[in-house]
Amino acid sequence: MSTAASVPALRHENYLNVSYGVKSWLLTTDHKRIALLYLVSITLFFFLGGAFAVLIRLNLLTPQGDLVSAETYNKFFTMHGVVMIFFFLIPSIPAVLGNFLIPLMIGAKDLAFPRLNLSSWYIFNLGGLFTLYSIIRGGVDTGWTFYTPYSSLYSNTHVVATVVGIFITGFSTILTGLNFIVTIHTMRAPGMTWFRLPLFVWTHYATSLIMILGTPVVAITLALVAVERVFHLGIFNPALGGDPVLFQHLFWFYSHPAVYIMVLPAMGVTTELITTFARKKLFGYHLVAAASFGIAVIGFFVWAHHMFVAGVSPYAAMIFSILSYLVAIPSAVKVFNWMATLYKGSVSWATPMLYGLGFIGLFVMGGLTGLFLAALGLDVHVHDTYFVVAHFHYIMVGGAVMGYLGGMHFWWPKISGRMYPESLGRLAALIVFLGFNLTFFPQFILGYLGMPRRYHAYPPEFQVFNVLSTAGASILGFGMLIPAIYFVWSMRYGKHAESNPWHLPGLEWRTQSPPPTENFEVTPVVTWEAYEFAPRAESEVIGRFRPELERS
Amino acid sequence: MADRVDALFFFLLAVSLFISLLVLVLIIAFSIKYRRRAPNEIGAPIGGSIKLETFWMVVPLLLSMVMFGWGASLYMSMQHPPPQAMEIYVVGKQWMWKLQHPEGQMEINELHVPVGRDVKLTMTSEDVIHDFFVPAFRIKADVLPARYTTIWFRPTKAGRYHLFCSQYCGTNHAVMGGWVTVMEPAEFEAWLAGGPVEGSLAEAGERLFQQLACNNCHASSGKGRGPSLVGLYGSTVRLQGGQTVIADDDYLRESILNPRAKIVAGYGPDMPVFQGLVSEEQVLQLIAYIKSLAPPLAAPGQPGTAAESKRPAGEAKKLP
Repeated sequence: MSTAASVPALRHENYLNVSYGVKSWLLTTDHKRIALLYLVSITLFFFLGGAFAVLIRLNLLTPQGDLVSAETYNKFFTMHGVVMIFFFLIPSIPAVLGNFLIPLMIGAKDLAFPRLNLSSWYIFNLGGLFTLYSIIRGGVDTGWTFYTPYSSLYSNTHVVATVVGIFITGFSTILTGLNFIVTIHTMRAPGMTWFRLPLFVWTHYATSLIMILGTPVVAITLALVAVERVFHLGIFNPALGGDPVLFQHLFWFYSHPAVYIMVLPAMGVTTELITTFARKKLFGYHLVAAASFGIAVIGFFVWAHHMFVAGVSPYAAMIFSILSYLVAIPSAVKVFNWMATLYKGSVSWATPMLYGLGFIGLFVMGGLTGLFLAALGLDVHVHDTYFVVAHFHYIMVGGAVMGYLGGMHFWWPKISGRMYPESLGRLAALIVFLGFNLTFFPQFILGYLGMPRRYHAYPPEFQVFNVLSTAGASILGFGMLIPAIYFVWSMRYGKHAESNPWHLPGLEWRTQSPPPTENFEVTPVVTWEAYEFAPRAESEVIGRFRPELERS
Repeated sequence: MADRVDALFFFLLAVSLFISLLVLVLIIAFSIKYRRRAPNEIGAPIGGSIKLETFWMVVPLLLSMVMFGWGASLYMSMQHPPPQAMEIYVVGKQWMWKLQHPEGQMEINELHVPVGRDVKLTMTSEDVIHDFFVPAFRIKADVLPARYTTIWFRPTKAGRYHLFCSQYCGTNHAVMGGWVTVMEPAEFEAWLAGGPVEGSLAEAGERLFQQLACNNCHASSGKGRGPSLVGLYGSTVRLQGGQTVIADDDYLRESILNPRAKIVAGYGPDMPVFQGLVSEEQVLQLIAYIKSLAPPLAAPGQPGTAAESKRPAGEAKKLP
């Protein structure tokens, strides 16, 4: 694998240079190598999904949708959604950063089930292959939501192959979640009590619960779509005695919590970033940890807010509306605690921090516009318009992707043993932030003006905002390419990273960069609280860390 | 209704602007004021504050409950059409809208309505899920196969307004739209009077009722093999097994297409299934006819408005 080959031999042995060759990667059970395997897979899917986004935005430059036919456009937005959600956003932070960091953060040698971890990656790619197959064979046009009876009866595209792909990939998510939960329960180092865990671990615990409880539901639901499509069993199609709205209930029962699979880990990353770069203890540790569980639990009971205009009972709609407002409270708590952490801190504007602050800003906007959508009478107007598209991109791109990029920069020294270029990093963060806002802010206006989503063509009065959005998308795309390029560049040319470049007390920083295969030479004993910033943190390094090697 | 939706929107916008500006200003202020001045610097040892945490949990909670209450009350009035609304029947199919006026006018991708009159839409789909969306009126509802959904609006200004399908429904989803034309009442009268119409919706339903030989069993005397349909609409029907059901549009539709689903107490499961034999438009015509079968004597002493709501849908009645 090129990742390994491009890293020159460091003077000390680490997980990257301990062995070479394709086999040593494809058969590895090291959580760190598996994280990198995932990194390669999801990066490819990210650029595939991104390519569809580019085509979507180009088509919408003109009201008539001149670039491609309606049929092709419908496939583009479907495949953009399917690839980005199931093959990038859901695995992104957990499968890459979570996989890499959870054992390091809790002082373990690996995840609880290393071989299961490797099989998760294979299962993920197998599912991905089915989806790629359906794309190559002509794609699918149902929208990533697969609403019945369109998907189960009317669409003439490759629904079954896509659905099978998602079904298979679901197992990799479930297994990853299971692995995390068991690891966090059983493999914490001596002294690493529950309330000494970094918040990153807490959010991954909460995320894993959703993965385990939610994913089977969407897998079964999509399997039922395939069954109805292939065997004409009446489940969702009323002509066969089924109920089309039943599908929506089942689908959103997973797919709403899935949003929290995407955003909770990003919140975990942001928490680490804010406290690190403010060099201050996290404000309200216990409450921020509890908020993740508040979100995970309440998040399971808000699904029908996607269905306020789908003919549900108005009284049910009221329950789901009030619960949707309740789930906003723990999110607000997190935001306010991050801000309070900045107060009287020692704030550095390093690249990861810029992404962290960017996350807060964009997540706040995404969250607040969620309040618009939870308001029943208002949702009727903006439902299924570009307002919704803008809202969830603020959460998923502004939130999850910003968190992912921030985390990648923050832990890159640990992952690769190299530093990324700092000023270029800040510039890219700024470009991404501006490009993102220019892309998606105009879509709020478009939505309130009434432009429905998933439109290949639109009335000419909406063109101005679409052109702005496309212009923003090109800036955003450019901004995202920069880190992709300099990360690869830094693997060979980047400055060697110290084992603890940010001077942090966390366990993952108390082993060398990159860590050895077994993570720690001796099992660490934890005697400090999380985020206990003190000058002694630097000297009190345990495990395999040897300062004399770091000066090379 | 549009004004009420906009009022809620601007309230939410004001709250959101306030909160996002607060967050933005504080983030920037803190990042500048407390920027790192020395490499070894460490932030103040502040771990948290119960008072502050409580404050920023309770205040957003209270604010969000206001939003909930406001949104819910708006939604409830959207869900309940005023009783005297003029009724339009809508059938969506890939990729067109078919709209029927009770007077018999049939429109495709166009709807003509008068200013100032409440309009209730009863909608169903022939195939996949569609969604009837008129942004100018701030209304939207999914249009589902095999059941009826309703929305209503009261246009306040003459003009032409976009009609969109906003639930993805396949290849030509983006062009499954048209226009709602709001006319001055006099113009609307003229429009209604013009154009070839073969009788009202209820009359069409009556012809169908005879063609399909429904009248053989559903005699108005109540002595046929099936129950009499006179005065049925809106009444409470007692079913076999003692349950009751309100005879609304959905019940009538089901009883026509799949009569064995709910059997009226005292009758046998004799009626044939009409699923696949009649189109969605024909079902709507039959329902319009059944609705027009008002009880022979309207309850005395009822105000005229209530009687009007029970008028046979097809009577060429002068609009106010």
